[in-house]
Amino acid sequence: MKSPYDGVAIVGAYNTVQAKQLPNWTESGLVLDAIRGALGDAGLTPADVDGVNVSTWVSQLSSRTVCQWFGGRPSWTGTSHPGIESVLEAAAAIQSGQAHTVVIATAQCGEYTERESTVSWTRPENEFVECWGLYTAAEFALMAQRHMHIYGTPREAFSEVAAAIRSNGALNPDAVFYGRECSPAEVENSRMVADPFRLLDCCITSEGGAAMVLTSTERAKDLDVKPIYVLGGGLDRQGMSYVTAPVWEKYGWVGRRAAEMTFEQCGLSTRDVDFAEFYDPFSFEIIRQLEAFGFCKEGEGADFVLEGRIRIDGDLPVATNGGILSYSHAGVVQLLQKPLNAVLQLQGRLAPEITLHQPKVALATNGGSGALFCDVMALGSEPV
Amino acid sequence: MSDSTPATGRPQTPLPQPTELSKPYWEACREGRLTVQRCKSCDGYVFIPQPCCGTCLSEDLEWVKSSGKGTLYSFTTVYRPQQPTFEVPYTVIVVELEEGYYMLSNLIGVEPDEIKIGTPLEVFFEERSEEISLPFFRVRAE
Ligand SMILES: [Zn+2]
Repeated sequence: MKSPYDGVAIVGAYNTVQAKQLPNWTESGLVLDAIRGALGDAGLTPADVDGVNVSTWVSQLSSRTVCQWFGGRPSWTGTSHPGIESVLEAAAAIQSGQAHTVVIATAQCGEYTERESTVSWTRPENEFVECWGLYTAAEFALMAQRHMHIYGTPREAFSEVAAAIRSNGALNPDAVFYGRECSPAEVENSRMVADPFRLLDCCITSEGGAAMVLTSTERAKDLDVKPIYVLGGGLDRQGMSYVTAPVWEKYGWVGRRAAEMTFEQCGLSTRDVDFAEFYDPFSFEIIRQLEAFGFCKEGEGADFVLEGRIRIDGDLPVATNGGILSYSHAGVVQLLQKPLNAVLQLQGRLAPEITLHQPKVALATNGGSGALFCDVMALGSEPV
Repeated sequence: MSDSTPATGRPQTPLPQPTELSKPYWEACREGRLTVQRCKSCDGYVFIPQPCCGTCLSEDLEWVKSSGKGTLYSFTTVYRPQQPTFEVPYTVIVVELEEGYYMLSNLIGVEPDEIKIGTPLEVFFEERSEEISLPFFRVRAE
């Protein structure tokens, strides 16, 4: 079976510096640093680029503007938001011959200044949400609480997830929380934020940028780089995030359709997946995704993680760079960093302590239950 | 903005900005009535307010009175507030209304460790400004 994107290779993947705050950077500066880094990574020059998808959240940078930065040479611009959707869109453009070499980039900084409140992009101004004091942690907590009610999911499983992912970040010199080791007991003893989530169950906020370069497999042959292949992918969108009530029975398995599409496209199954760069905004979301995608039965995600299986030495390591719980969470940038870290791991470019032994297949996700969307893609070190 | 201290003991928190679509809902709230859209074609309930029915896409929707009675579907007690004007802890809930639709609100009058999914609830209103009365929920005696 051939992937629908069998003519496409990812040849560049680059993260800029990530930090709690980057006061000396602008989003444009981060985007340019990321683009130069990803192109350099691939051994390509700006003149090789004929497709662009660049956007930023705060400064609202557009792909058309960035085409101008490239001297007006690129002909194709992507319109998808950063992340899995933009990677799949770029791959489709290359596969269909609309573009040959595409740069995807994004960055976020200068956004979070009033620390009395939660970061602004976690606080939707919707008239049916904001007045009740909701923000993303509360949205996902409403899902987690219902899951606990139905399946008796123990809180200790949340602590294990958070500790497992934060332990990866502690070993990652590029992580914002590098060196900050974390045990399940520390998670359990951290202060309550939105029941059942404690502080260490919740992702961090930070700043940074990232870029990825995709080209044709033909072109990739001439480059001095280990190409990574797009094996498949799909979207699952069920409405606007943070507007309607997050009802478990309606939205709890969001992403399942996307995972099924992904596996169908490449003829693989959960058994073939070596590691998972899952969206990890809150510990519970990992348990949910394991169940939604069929890594275990519904209600058995807690057992799965409590057996140590998502640890870096387990059979399905999750968020191997420390994820947004520990590596970095620069707003929308993390959407691109999920597939991007899958690339780095498949290429064997992470720190030795978090490098897996010759992994072949990765799953990456964007979005989760509280957000009412969940996109999925599979990446491989070899074509299928 | 109302000068009196609200019964829920909270200072002023962000208030809804009604849209053309949601105006009838918030006007009814101000009069102490919980309302919901219902599709005249297939009788389905629609919440939050939409331009059409999610089942049949009909635009022929009417505002009808909701019983305001439901059960606690899920909850989270929040200790780190969205904004400092929220007094912690406060409990955000999803209510499953008798009509079968769901809404977000706050649960008032129950200690955090006594909250149980499935508890019968009823709506009550509290004036927050000249334009806005918010629909809160409290435990309903069965
Ligand atoms: Zn209808």
